[in-house]
Parts: sequence; C-alpha cells; structure tokens
Amino acid sequence: MNLHEYQAKALFNEYGVVVPDNRVINNAAEAGRALADLGGERWVIKAQVHAGGRGKAGGVKLVNDKNAALGVIDAMLGTRLVTYQTDANGQPVNQILIEQPCEIARELYLGAVIDRALRRVVLMASIEGGVEIEKVAAETPARILRSTIDPMVGLQPYQCRQLAFGLKLEGEQIKQFTRLLTGLARLFTEKDLSLLEINPLVVTKDGNLLCIDAKINIDDNALYRHPELETLRDVSQEDERENRAKEWDLNYIALDGDIGCMVNGAGLAMATMDLIKLHGGNPANFLDVGGTATKERVAEAFKIILSDQNVKGVLVNIFGGIVRCDMIAEGIVGAVAEVGIQVPVVVRLEGNNADRGLAILAQSGLAIITAKGLKESAEKIVAAVKESA
Amino acid sequence: MSVLVDKNTRVICQGFTGKQGTFHSEQAIAYGTRMVGGITPGKGGQSHLGLPVFNTVKDAVNETSADASVIYVPAPFCKDAILEAVEGGIKLIVCITEGIPTLDMLEVNIVVKQAGVRLIGPNCPGIITPGACKIGIMPGAIHLPGKVGVVSRSGTLTYEAVKQTTDLGFGQSTCIGIGGDPLPGTTFVDCLQLFAQDPQTQAILMVGEIGGTAEEEAAEFIKHHVSKPVVAYIAGVTAPKGKRMGHAGAIIAGGKGTAAEKYAALEAAGVTTVKSPAEMGNALKKFFTA
Repeated sequence: MNLHEYQAKALFNEYGVVVPDNRVINNAAEAGRALADLGGERWVIKAQVHAGGRGKAGGVKLVNDKNAALGVIDAMLGTRLVTYQTDANGQPVNQILIEQPCEIARELYLGAVIDRALRRVVLMASIEGGVEIEKVAAETPARILRSTIDPMVGLQPYQCRQLAFGLKLEGEQIKQFTRLLTGLARLFTEKDLSLLEINPLVVTKDGNLLCIDAKINIDDNALYRHPELETLRDVSQEDERENRAKEWDLNYIALDGDIGCMVNGAGLAMATMDLIKLHGGNPANFLDVGGTATKERVAEAFKIILSDQNVKGVLVNIFGGIVRCDMIAEGIVGAVAEVGIQVPVVVRLEGNNADRGLAILAQSGLAIITAKGLKESAEKIVAAVKESA
Repeated sequence: MSVLVDKNTRVICQGFTGKQGTFHSEQAIAYGTRMVGGITPGKGGQSHLGLPVFNTVKDAVNETSADASVIYVPAPFCKDAILEAVEGGIKLIVCITEGIPTLDMLEVNIVVKQAGVRLIGPNCPGIITPGACKIGIMPGAIHLPGKVGVVSRSGTLTYEAVKQTTDLGFGQSTCIGIGGDPLPGTTFVDCLQLFAQDPQTQAILMVGEIGGTAEEEAAEFIKHHVSKPVVAYIAGVTAPKGKRMGHAGAIIAGGKGTAAEKYAALEAAGVTTVKSPAEMGNALKKFFTA
C-alpha cells in the first residue's frame, strides 16, 4: 500500500525525522487559514498523488505571495495530474500539501528496501539526490552507498557515520544524520515498510538536514497488525476495477489489449498473457481467480473483465489443483447467462474434475469454445477475436 | 532416489484440524504419504483422520519421530509455527500459507539457517516425490515417477510443467514449489544443487517469474556447478513495468528482474530456454532420445 507524501511526513514526525513545517488542505476554503498558520510570504504547493515525477508535471509549485498561492491551489485541486509514472488519465488531486520553502545547498538521496539476495533491510544513500536515482544506479553504481541492517542488533551509529562521511556531511550534520537514519530504520521495521525513499534529502544553506520529499510503501501482508496505517488507504488513487476485484479476493490488473484473461494462479496468469502475445494477440488484463474460486467470484471476475470496453474475447484458463473445474464451469455458465456475454469465450479446463467441467459447458447450450492444452487455447481465442473484428 | 522427501519421510501437519489442514492431509494420506499425526494446540490427545493430535510440535516429534512438517495455519501465526517446528526438531518444514509479512520471513530465515533446517515456501504448493510422498496442495494425479527434477516459483504453472512432462512419459524425480514470496526459505540455487547430486534426476525443468534476481543467481550457479541439462521458462514477458502481478515476487522494480534479463543470463549459462509455456515439456525431448 502506498502512502501520500503528507502521510509519510506525519510518520516521519512521529519518529523524530525532520521535515519542513507543513499543512494539508482538502479544499480551497482551508487554504487561507493554512497559509496564515505557516506564515511568511513564500510557500511550496504540492499536489498529493500516488505517483512520482510530480515536479516536471506541474504538481509542485513555488509561489511568492498569497494570491499566487490561492490561484495555484484553486487550479490544482480537483484536477488529475499526469506524470511519467501514471497512465494517460493521471491521478486525482484531492489534497494539497503546503510547505515553507527552504534555501537548498545540496540535494542528497536516501532510501531503504528489503534486498532479496542479501535477505536484509538495506539502506542506500547518494550525493546524487534530486535526480533520477535509477539512472545513477545504472550508470555510476559506485555513487550509491549501502549499509545493511543486522536484524539481531539493528542499525548502529557507526553505520550512520560511515554513510554520513560518504555523503560529505560535516560537524553537527553527522549527528543530525545519525538521528534521522536511526529514526527511519526504526520506522521501517516497526511499521513493516517495503520501501522508504527521500529524494531529495537536502542540506539547507544554514547547514541543516531536511527531508523535502517522502515516499513510503507498506507491506500489504502486514497491514493486519497496523490498523492505524490501514485507515490511511486512499482508494481514489487506486484503479476502481482493481479495487472492486479486491473486494471479491480477485487479483485484477488492467492492461491495454483486447483479450480478457481469467486464470487461477499468478504465474499461470502471466504465462497465459505471454502465450496470447506469442500467438499474435494482446492481453487486456491480468486476473488471478485464486485457489478457492467460488461460483460467485467467477461470475464477478467475468463482469470485471467485460467492464473493459476494449475486450473482444475472453480466455479462461484453469488448472484445477485445489479449485474444482466443475465448480468453475458452473460459474462460467452462470456468469455468461447473467451478464449476457456478447464476445467469444474460450475455456480450457485441466486437472481436478476437468471432464465434468467440460461436460457442464457442453450441455449449457451457450456459445463457449472449449480447448485442450495451452497452445490450442491461445490459438482459438486469437482466431475468434480476429474473426469477430 | 529423489530429493528431500521419499516414502520413508514421516510427516506431521501444523493446523491439522482446520479446514485446509484436514482437506490436504486427507489427500496426502490417500496419495500414500506417511502422515503420522498433527498439531492443534488445545486438542492434544484427540484423534483426527485416524491419526493422533498433539498440543505441541515437540510432543508430536517425541511420539511419532516425525522429520517433516507441513504448515497450513493462517499467515499471522506462521512465524510462530515455523519457529516451533525448528525448535521441535523438524528437519524439513513446508509452509503453504500465503500472505506472511516479509519482515517475519526475514527473521524466520535466519533462525532456520542457523538450525540447519530446510524450509520450503511460504506461499507455495509444496514438494512431491511422485508415487512416494506428497507434502502440499498439488493434485497428485498429474504426477508420474520419473527423471525430471522440477523447480518452480509458481503454483498452477508448476502443475502445467508437471503435466507436460507426465504426458510425454518423462515423469518427475521430485517437484519443488519454492513459492512466489520475496524471501523464500529455499531458492532455485538450493534446488539445483540437490537435483545436480540426485542420480534419479537426469534433467532439470526450472519455471521462473519476473521480479527479483533468483533466476540470475541460478544461472550463475548452473554455469559452474550443473552439468545436467536444464530447461527454463520465465513467466511475465508481457507484464508491464512496475505493476504487481499477484505474487509479491512478480514485480519489476527499476527495470531489474525483467524476463529478458533472466532469459539472457540463463542462455549465457547454457540453459535451454523456451518462450512459450506450452513448450516446457517438448524442450526436454532432445535430452532423452537416442
């Protein structure tokens, strides 16, 4: 689960990590009060969306007087921000973060992730802050400093000092950095984060460290033990169909092709997408119906797939391990009858009760094309979609 | 021969009397797995599926000499269950449950490694040596005793790989589903090492996924340590960047762990790769004829 910048910064505050003084507003009426609270004549106005690349997309603006601030806020709120990380529709701007600006001397990068190969939480720091860090990592990997946290003892001050000297910090900044990093490491493990990023972490002209941006990603599997974080979920930033699918325990991701897919298991679902592409088609979605697919959920899966106007055909690929194929077949028949599916549907059932499942489909009187094996199912759906076009 | 499990493996089940534990234990017993009991705290002394129920893993190991345990308890309790199995003296732990917090697994893996215990999973279908021992949720009927070692990060895609090798008559020595989580107990490299040393295994079929670098590490290992033929398929060529595809493992971050990179690494290591999941079995043919 992603957090907004303002939510991440509130967590930073809890852990003693310094961020600029700020206010969050939900509507233009709150703007005057927020600006007065913060004081001064200059502010940074930041659109709150779950996407990077806001600056270049016009989602971050520095303003020099109150009228300009109100104008920018009015123009930003309620719009959709399109960045290189969003799709063409962009993300809705429902909140705005207003901050006091600071005089920047240097921009640094700071991040924390779980390194799969090392099996540890790894901290990353670089003097190349403020730019695309992936580029730095790819072109000049030596410029990314790393430090691994030993879960037995936690992050140690010497590790912070090593990174601090590597970042060419000096004097009081070393102590500030150690405090900041220790707080972030504690935040990472206590709140079950999967990613934490500050880009940039700045050294101000008066020599202090300040977290200008904040990105946090929380391990969804751990949300059950953080009810306080669960309430921070902003569904407006997530895909509506993906959320509807989630309510039914379905895993759906929209893509831009025209062949809908319903598959059990994430690996097989990806393999099915690959196969469609190999046979000249284009998958319209990823959909994993999971291991305990009930009739209702299969029907719901059909509705979600078909709510995408681009879908010209659907391939159902079920390998019954835990899930029974006859149950899936009943779900398909029920859904096709209920939704009134107008596009060709190819069904491949394998494994547990496959024969009974195929018999149910055959006796349904519905125009369902059955297929044996992976190759045949892909060939049949690609051909059927071409024919109906 | 086979790897890790055979007809002598004595298996207990943690979460034995629950819905999942009951259903899959019944299936395992029907398959011929040597199930010797189960654990449900508070139900010790009772009998379930004709087998004894114990309060603790320690009690179960003392009474049954079990050496393997399969875990079906809900995700919030898995860290506890795995650590109890380690402390109880179990040597092979198979954790089927999905949705365990990554930081739980980070800690669990340290303890498991220190104790010299093998953990398979979590979020996996389990392990099976056809005709001898089935620990997990895979459909037994699609398997055939034989000569291909199968290792996979996926669930149903593993069944697909297995069925293709069964249909062609090659069969499997052992099939290991290592699971799709970011920090699995057992990796591709671990399994490749086991298959390389197993006389029954004549070829290895490896089914990978986008995300992480486990396949790249496997390629490096194969280059130096595996002389048996290896066939590999990587799912997710068409998956868009940065999108999470169900498995926590199936995410491409920062352009790393793409299918193209994995294929390139495996091919450089001499692995026969297939771009279509329908060709996994066929690609093995050339190693078994003449």
